[in-house]
Formats: sequence, structure tokens, C-alpha cells
Amino acid sequence: MHTALRTLTANGTPDEAAIVSFLRASKFPLIAADGVTFVYSGDAESVHLRCWISGLAAAQPLERIDGTSLWVRHLELPPGSRLEYKFDRRIQGKSELILDPLNPVHAADPFGANSVCQAYGYVRPDWTLDDPQSRHGTLEELQVSSTALGDRRRTLVYLPARFRRSRRYPLLIVHDGEDYLRFAALRTVLDNLIHRLEIAPLIVACSHSPDRLREYAGYEPHARFVVEELLHSLRVQFPLQDTPDTRGLMGASFGAVASLYTAWRYPGMFGRLLLQSGSFAFSDFGEHKRGAVFDPVVQFVNKFRAAPGQPTERAYVSCGIYESLIYENRSILPLLRDRGIEVRYEEARDAHNWENWRDRQRAGLSWLFPGPLWMVYE
Amino acid sequence: MSSVSLLGPQFQTPNLRGVVAALGLQGPFVSISAGWQEREGELDELRAHLDAEVHDLRIYERSERVFEQDTVLRSEHRQRQSDLQDMRELYQLQLSHAKDTARELFQRDGSPALLRRARRQAIAALHRLDRAHLAAIRTVHSQFVARTGLPDRPAVASAAAQIDRYVQQANAVFIAGGHVAVLLNRLRLLGGAALFAGKPIVAWSAGAMALTDAVVLFHDSPPQGRSNVEVFDQGLCLVKRVIVLPHAATRLHLNDTARVRILARRFAPARCLTLDTGATLQFDDGHFLSGAGSWRLRRDGTLADIKV
Repeated sequence: MHTALRTLTANGTPDEAAIVSFLRASKFPLIAADGVTFVYSGDAESVHLRCWISGLAAAQPLERIDGTSLWVRHLELPPGSRLEYKFDRRIQGKSELILDPLNPVHAADPFGANSVCQAYGYVRPDWTLDDPQSRHGTLEELQVSSTALGDRRRTLVYLPARFRRSRRYPLLIVHDGEDYLRFAALRTVLDNLIHRLEIAPLIVACSHSPDRLREYAGYEPHARFVVEELLHSLRVQFPLQDTPDTRGLMGASFGAVASLYTAWRYPGMFGRLLLQSGSFAFSDFGEHKRGAVFDPVVQFVNKFRAAPGQPTERAYVSCGIYESLIYENRSILPLLRDRGIEVRYEEARDAHNWENWRDRQRAGLSWLFPGPLWMVYE
Repeated sequence: MSSVSLLGPQFQTPNLRGVVAALGLQGPFVSISAGWQEREGELDELRAHLDAEVHDLRIYERSERVFEQDTVLRSEHRQRQSDLQDMRELYQLQLSHAKDTARELFQRDGSPALLRRARRQAIAALHRLDRAHLAAIRTVHSQFVARTGLPDRPAVASAAAQIDRYVQQANAVFIAGGHVAVLLNRLRLLGGAALFAGKPIVAWSAGAMALTDAVVLFHDSPPQGRSNVEVFDQGLCLVKRVIVLPHAATRLHLNDTARVRILARRFAPARCLTLDTGATLQFDDGHFLSGAGSWRLRRDGTLADIKV
């Protein structure tokens, strides 16, 4: 039990004044070296913790402290962990998923927001926060008419600070790019890492799909769009170095599948791959159990496992160890390495979410597009 | 030889104007911003800060033109750079092991007498590597000059003469930071220290490094790979026995005593001096005169404030 709770309950059932004082004086959830204690205050029939950690029960009950309206749940959590959660609160027979009312730290994602538990030792990397010293890049909108996809696609193009048309730049195409900008601080990260000379000034095309579960799941027309239409437009519009080792693809989850698929389908085109929590589901035999939406993914990954080819020269792969996909991500590493691809792999005590992908960008980008750190002293 | 002032970074909180005023310098001024590469000559911020006219010497652009005109020289230059890169890789490999040994010895506890001797030997090994590498670099440079007859090649001589006309009319030369290898290579190509014609020089960051007798590259926490402080090249030797460390506050772990001890001892008798924002170091005839806002790395692992 956390010391603050032990103190509160040391003399039996605490009175209302003691509880109010405890709630005012503490930060929630309660963090200690050995784990985290989640606290809910209020009337309810039941309260469950929902935290989407692979290996743990999906819902874990909080227990009421007798005679009070306080509900608590202790979770052993290794130092450095970060997890997102909600409370499943049941009142008058009706369940509702809510943010932790006592925790002001939230993480947004395309589906809304979650409360964030930053375990003992976790510190948000400073390069993900706005740095007044950093020069800012700009975003330009690029519209690309796509024959492959049969519509018009918007791409936001990040141009680094002090962009000059007289210079040529590496290119990174990011799947779910607008979500990376919104939920993974991509623009701030690029500004900071470029300013700190840790990555090369690069052009980043933030692509977006209105139907990602189909288009990112090993879908040939989308790969054709990326290479023959989007890349072509970028070449026309921007000064690119335009060699395989200065062209990269990036994505998380299904976006990582789309990145790998496109590089595999067009070998020699993209010398750099940044793959985060890839949904690389496969089946060695029999049926997979991830649902119909994964059927084309499994089909592609099975083919890839049989004949990996030479999709890239250098890759960065990351995955949270609290993700169900950790096995699939670990499984892809020998396939890449056996092809002579230089791979950096990183595991984090985190799960399948945008802040995990935010916190890994420095390691990935600096591995794929190293900056002139050693040579430049401004 | 006239005065040389070395400053910290001039981004956001520049102190160039104050230094220029304190030295009693008045325009016209010329600048060298070759370290900025494709941004060379973009002096709006500098001019606004100084409230004075500054003419950029376009060293980077002129060098590119020289290479276009003299393709033999370009090819020789490329070969030299390739040789230097090969040498650098071998040096880094050797350095990596020597540095690890020194680091371990400076962190280890044990018999003081034995440790003292082992540490001295480890530092001596680093010294030998650095000295041998620098000597080999000097040889490559002098062979390049002898082989190409560098200063007398028409394209080079013409560019140097054009630069000299501007410098002769100026009362001081400013050298900005940026890419230290690019800056140094281009300066060396077009005449080296002779380009400055004895005028007072104010240089910052990479510009300051390029004027010393040993350019040392450093970063204690790069996002990839390991941190091996390395001697990169010989500078233009207008400032002697000083290793300047721009952005030291962010690039070096200055509170790591073992780290500071090794650095200070490795480069002794040269002094390792930090050059962060606001720092100023004054030299006359190549020798240290005074300084402010800079720290000297000491052999005992502490930092000493630079005083007059």
C-alpha cells in the first residue's frame, strides 16, 4: 500500500475531512518505486481499471476502502513505465468509461483521450516539448490527384527551419502523418532535433488516409499512390536529395505495415524505414485470431516472411512491451537482419499509443537521418 | 599579428556588438560565413545586431567556383578528403579503446600510487594518439599544397586577390560558426590565415575553433553511437595552446569530474576553455590575454572561472 494511503487509514476508517485533505495533498495516481495505486473517489456500484496492457486482465476491479467513498487498486509496474487508462464506473446498473477525475494528465488520440500514468522514473523527454530556442519549420499543404486511389489526397509537408530551395533535402513520408502531428508532437520533435543537429534538416510528408484499415493493410493501390504519385509530386515541388538512403517511410501500427509493404513492393526505393508497433500479424499455420480486418495484413506478412527480399538498407523498429504485438515485432527482426539490413530495435515499457511513438522518435530519426552534430557549432 | 577575440554562440543573445565596441572597432567590416554553407552571406540578423554594414567575403561560394574552374584541383581535393576520412576512421577506432581505458581508470578506486601511474600512462596513450594523428594530418595538408602548388593556381590566386581587396578596406574580420570542417577547408583553400591580412578578428563557435592550433570535436550525449572526443584537424594557428569548446554547457557533462579530468589532462599543456553564450576570450599575438564568461577545465576535474 502506498504510504499516503497507509497514513490515511492508520487509525481505522478516515473521516471526511481526512479524505478531503488526502485528496488535496496527493497527486494521482499514487506513484512509488514498486508500482502505482489508482484511486477513485465517489459513489459507484463498482469501479474497474481499464489499461490495455497485454498479459493483464482487461478490467481490474478497484476495491472500496470500508466506510468511505474511496476506491483503490495497486498495480505493480516496473520503473520507467508509462500507461494509458480509463476507469469503468458502474452507477445504477450503467457502465461508463471515464477519465480519472483525479489525474489531470491526459493523452489524446483519434478516439478521444486517456488518462496517463507515468510510473516511477518515467520522464517525458525534453525534446518532445516546445523549446523556445528551437527554430520552427513550416507546414505546406500539397494536394495530389491519385489515379491509384481514385481521389484527391491532402498531404501536409513539413519544411525545416531555414529551408532553402538551393539546398537538397532527405525525405521522410509518414503514414498517419496528421495524427503524428496532432498526437505525437511530430512537428515539435522535428524542430527540436533539427535545431540540436541530432537529425539532418529534412522534408517530411505527412500523408493521411480516410480508410487506413484497408489502405494500410498491404494494399497495392496505396503503395502505388505513395511511390508513383505522392513521391512524384514531392520531387516536382521540393528540392530532394532523391537517393534511396535519403528516402524514408515511417508509420505506426497499420501505418508500419503500409511502410513495410510499400518498401517491399518497391525494393531499392526507400533506404530508410521507421516502424513503430507494427501490426505485423502472421500465421505459421491455421487461422489467425485477430479478426477480419487483419486478413490482408496476415496475407502480406506471410508473403513477406517467405520472401523478405531487400525492402530497405536501414530500419528502426520499436514496440511497447505491454502491447500484444510485441511477439510479431520481435519476429520480424531476424528477417530484416538476415537480409543484411542494419536494424536498431527498441522496446519501451509502454503500450500501443501515440505517446509511446512520440517518445521513440529521437532514437529512430537520428538512426535513419543522422544530423551534423559532430561538425556543426553555430 | 593583431588581436583575436573568440566568442560563444551568437544566436538569440549575441554579445558581438559589445565586444566590437569595447575593442574600439568601427566599420567597414567583412565577414566569413562559409560555415553556413548554402546560407552563406545571409547577414540580416548580424547587420541588425551591429547596426553597421558588413560585407561577406563569400568564401564558400568562391571555393565552389574555384572547383568548377579547376577540375584537377577539385579531384585532388576530393582525394585528400577521402584520405583524411580513412585516417580519421582508424584514429577513432584506436581512440575508442584508449578512451575506455582512461575512463575506467579515472573511475576506479584502489591503491593511489598504482592508480596514479596507470592513469598517467592512459593519458599518455591518448596524447600519443592525438599527436600522431595531428602530425599525419599536417603531412597530408603540406603534401597537398606541394603537389597542387595551391596558392599559385590561377583560380585560387584570383579568388584570393579579390578577397584581399575587400579585407584591405575593412577594419576587422568576423568569422561566424557553422560547419567547422567546411569552414576550415574553404579558408585553407583560399589562403588560410594570410587572408585576414593582420586585421583584428572576432570569431565565434566554429569560427573560433578554426583559429586554434587543434580543432577538437566533442559531444557527450549524442543520440546514436558513443562519445569520443577527437582531434579533427589543425586549425589556422592564430590562437595557440587553447582548445575551445563552444556550447560546452549543453554538449559536455561538465559536472562529471572524471570526464573533466581526462579532458583537461589529455590536452595539456593546452587549456580547454568553454565558449558558451556570452563568453569572450581575448588573444594578442596568439597568446591568451583575458576572458569572461568562460570556464577552464582543470586537471582535478573542477572548473575555474576565466579571469583577466
